[in-house]
Amino acid sequence: MIFVLLAASCRSAAAFSLFLDDPCTVTDFPALCRGTIKGQRNVNAATDVAIAELMKRTRQARDIAKKELKVLDGGVSTCLSNFNSAFDNLDKALKNIKEGDQYDLLNENVKKCQYAVRGELYLRASELQKEGKKIIFTNVGNPHALGQKPLTFPRQVVALCQAPFLLDDPNVGMLFPADAIARAKHYLSLTSGGLGAYSDSRGLPGVRKEVAEFIQRRDGYPSDPELIFLTDGASKGVMQILNCVIRGEGDGILVPVPQYPLYSATISLLGGSLVPYYLDESENWGLDVNNLRQSVAQARSQGISVRAMVIINPGNPTGQCLSEANLKEILKFCYNEKLVLLGDEVYQQNIYQDERPFISSKKVLMDMGSPFSKGVQLVSFHTVSKGYWGECGQRGGYFEMTNIPPRVVEEIYKVASIALSPNVSAQIFMGLMVSPPKPGDISYDQFARESKGILESLRRRAKIMTDGFNSCKNVVCNFTEGAMYSFPQIRLPPGALQAAKQAGKVPDVFYCLKLLEATGISTVPGSGFGQKEGVFHLRTTILPAEEEMPEIMDSFKKFNDEFMAQYDNGFGYSRM
Amino acid sequence: MRRFVIGQAKNLIDQTRQARHKSLRLLSLLAASDSAPVLSSPHLFSSSSDMSGSGSDSSSSSLPVTLDSLNPKVLKCEYAVRGEIVNIAQKLQEDLKINKDAYPFDEIIYCNIGNPQSLGQQPITFFREVLALCSHTALLDESATHGLFSSDSIDRAWKILDQIPGKATGAYSHSQGIKGLRDAIAAGIEARDGFPADPNDIFMTDGASPGVHMMMQLLISSEKDGILCPIPQYPLYSASIALHGGSLVPYYLDEASGWGLEISELKKQLQDARSKGITVRALVVINPGNPTGQVLAEENQREIVDFCKKEGLVLLADEVYQENVYVPDKKFHSFKKVARSMGYGEKDVCLVSFQSISKGYYGECGKRGGYMEITGFTSDVRAQIYKLASVNLCSNISGQILASLVMSPPKPGDDSYDSYIAEKEGILSSLAKRAKTLEEALNKLEGVTCNRAEGAMYLFPCINLPQKAIAAAEAAKTSPDAFYCKRLLNATGIVVVPGSGFRQVPGTWHFRCTILPQEDKIPAIVNRLTEFHKSFMDEFRN
Repeated sequence: MIFVLLAASCRSAAAFSLFLDDPCTVTDFPALCRGTIKGQRNVNAATDVAIAELMKRTRQARDIAKKELKVLDGGVSTCLSNFNSAFDNLDKALKNIKEGDQYDLLNENVKKCQYAVRGELYLRASELQKEGKKIIFTNVGNPHALGQKPLTFPRQVVALCQAPFLLDDPNVGMLFPADAIARAKHYLSLTSGGLGAYSDSRGLPGVRKEVAEFIQRRDGYPSDPELIFLTDGASKGVMQILNCVIRGEGDGILVPVPQYPLYSATISLLGGSLVPYYLDESENWGLDVNNLRQSVAQARSQGISVRAMVIINPGNPTGQCLSEANLKEILKFCYNEKLVLLGDEVYQQNIYQDERPFISSKKVLMDMGSPFSKGVQLVSFHTVSKGYWGECGQRGGYFEMTNIPPRVVEEIYKVASIALSPNVSAQIFMGLMVSPPKPGDISYDQFARESKGILESLRRRAKIMTDGFNSCKNVVCNFTEGAMYSFPQIRLPPGALQAAKQAGKVPDVFYCLKLLEATGISTVPGSGFGQKEGVFHLRTTILPAEEEMPEIMDSFKKFNDEFMAQYDNGFGYSRM
Repeated sequence: MRRFVIGQAKNLIDQTRQARHKSLRLLSLLAASDSAPVLSSPHLFSSSSDMSGSGSDSSSSSLPVTLDSLNPKVLKCEYAVRGEIVNIAQKLQEDLKINKDAYPFDEIIYCNIGNPQSLGQQPITFFREVLALCSHTALLDESATHGLFSSDSIDRAWKILDQIPGKATGAYSHSQGIKGLRDAIAAGIEARDGFPADPNDIFMTDGASPGVHMMMQLLISSEKDGILCPIPQYPLYSASIALHGGSLVPYYLDEASGWGLEISELKKQLQDARSKGITVRALVVINPGNPTGQVLAEENQREIVDFCKKEGLVLLADEVYQENVYVPDKKFHSFKKVARSMGYGEKDVCLVSFQSISKGYYGECGKRGGYMEITGFTSDVRAQIYKLASVNLCSNISGQILASLVMSPPKPGDDSYDSYIAEKEGILSSLAKRAKTLEEALNKLEGVTCNRAEGAMYLFPCINLPQKAIAAAEAAKTSPDAFYCKRLLNATGIVVVPGSGFRQVPGTWHFRCTILPQEDKIPAIVNRLTEFHKSFMDEFRN
């Protein structure tokens, strides 16, 4: 009996790959097998059930043995102890299966998903930091972590909202300016229960109205608060929208390469297909529509239904600002190909070149008029984490939907409502970001001084960094027109490629790890963002403090020189 | 012969394991090759229609994203706590501002959601002082601050800022949350349970819900993966399972025994699910219960832990109401404490405990703070959880700070201790009173029975609806409990959630009502409810 069952369970497990519907057809005793595993098609579960059944029957056999063989001579006790060992083994087997299962059974989409910004390099950097080494974290666009001071006014307002009893204290004026007090009262009046109550799942209506007014001022076209949802950072919004769009691996999303890995990670988590389009490094990371067309055609020939296109403007990690003409082409393309355009516009305040201002996709779309302005579906994302605010830790953001049908908006609302509401203090930060102090307000001068100081310094740092990289051997770097990153290409000599291979590392990971060990500069390898084959990059933020910048670039240069000297055997480089 | 049997068993088990791995690999290969040439037909159709549509007759009516082309999992999920009744209530509230006289009530009372501060509950002063100081750290350098803030709040703010690299409350933190704050939470758990807690097991989240989502995302691959959930349940679970495409495996709580959780029921449902080919991955237990309000007995918890251990299930313990216990004969015990006191360690049982700053006496819903403590997972699985957390970057910092504060509140001797205790006891004893008053009032209604709220924030009365009312609901194409709740709303302005949103034993009808309206409003609510119910019964009595 025992053999029969084990044999059946074993064979059926082995045969599962071939006979998914009825694994028992290939066993010696199909009927017994079917009776045992009761329709299980999952290998793990079936094996579990088979072993459980086996244990049950063995137990019965042992009980019978106990009862029938009452004379406890040596033979019988050996028999019983053998039964007990059998139980132990079976127990172990069950446990092993369960433990093996723990990882095996996890959602494959989760295992597939990669997120380089906090990957291997970051973990190693954290270890080194624990060991006492000074680490310059340039892996995440996290300005305050690198010493940028928060803007005073919004922090005053939010502090008052956190402790509303201060507003009743006659001495509050000793600590807070009158306009901060007034603004705190204003925002508290927009809530139903202060910072401690869930808001509407889409965000406080009053703040959404302020966002709509901001968009209208920026673009010159009306914006509807009902189509604006506040979120815990822009990432949450991106996830919500992609979750609605992606049904399975047959659905494709066009994503720029190099890209911000949030997109690849989310698409992979949701089980969709990432359809890459390459930005042209030699054209300052320009977006070529012919290239897009090719990507779409190729994806479709593989049976993928391309449903949406992501643009990151200004670019992350590439730092380019899209021109109006380019945006028009993109919108036309989306119209013709029936794609929803997801406009990641979180760096819209981070502009470092006057001749390349930020223009929103919404404005360009509205400028284009009919049929485009009614025919292109657009979702645009913004955040309090970037710009001169850099309030990453607050997790505040919004998205605005254009031409999304009301019933779809309702579904998105439903998904948002499962998360109850975005955090309320970040909603207030968002309100403050879209309606900062105005000329004449008590806090205006300080606010203007602080924000201008941050932006101008970022602009100078962008230049120091680009120039620094371009002065290094085998390194070329486009100018950072916007955003917060520098994305230099590193031309690795064959010796380095070989050494990387030996170390079992991707070449740019190898380079970045060496850089980290030698200098404490923590970067992200280009492979985390995607790049053309055989070309290698790294991403740094331009966020280290300005006064430290020259020193950082010097130590980078020194490392790079040594690295190139070590691995350059004179046989050419990986190319652009 | 016997030895041979044992040897065979060993061999076969080994082979089985290998075969299983091989077949898994084969399976995934099959799946991969499947998708390339023979794509499932719907995709072929949609992609070909995409191609024919491109260029030529693209009218604006055929937008890329419409209801028909949304992710069906999104369409499937439901979240009743903010569903239809709440939408009607919001419209009524707007209309009430203009047409005051058109209604028999002057305000909408939201008893649909556990959102205490929206109903006037005041935040704990000490917590908010610390948060304000951390929000605007320049205050710490001002001498006037000492006049406005308690001295221990200033000390605590310094202590917290010292734990944040660069004192930067505006920076992304470690994806699991700021290490120093996790230390404080681990110490709080240790003090609560009497067993050690590791800060590396703590993942801080924006409220408890994202943690639940993360675990569902991790455990569910397809509808073949099942999660055992109590019925009635908090709809976050059904919604999250639907959104991730898994199967909810229900187990019924026994209303007659005060919403008891019977192991025999768990076993029955597990076997039933397995016989349908579902691999059950986890068991959700909500303790204290939502919407049912029961507090589990320690003995019962032991059985549950053993059940999970035996069946290899992850125990997802929703313990967000751990501070909300209102009856002297019941105490909250964390599942971690129960498991450890049974002698089970890290290797024996996979346990996730969820905690939130939205509940308890603090009720800081809008802050979106919470954490999950995960124990018993292998390191490769933990790495996957960490990765999921890192895609979200981190949870919001003020929520993190508050989560550490609720797990390490002022201690005797601290400047704020007395006022803290007074505020805390005031809120908890008032909640207990409100729960009692409402429960008694509900039990007085014709055809209504209501278990006591031992904990949490809700009452979940059973309404024995007359046949005529059920027929009227059918005619109105709505479920009988929703019919009742809508009538209640229109007559009284009281918003409750129909039991169908939480699921219930078929043929029974309930609603969920929070105990959160301020104490002075409770008598009026009781009156209105009683009056409404009487007239409802008069109208529909058989």
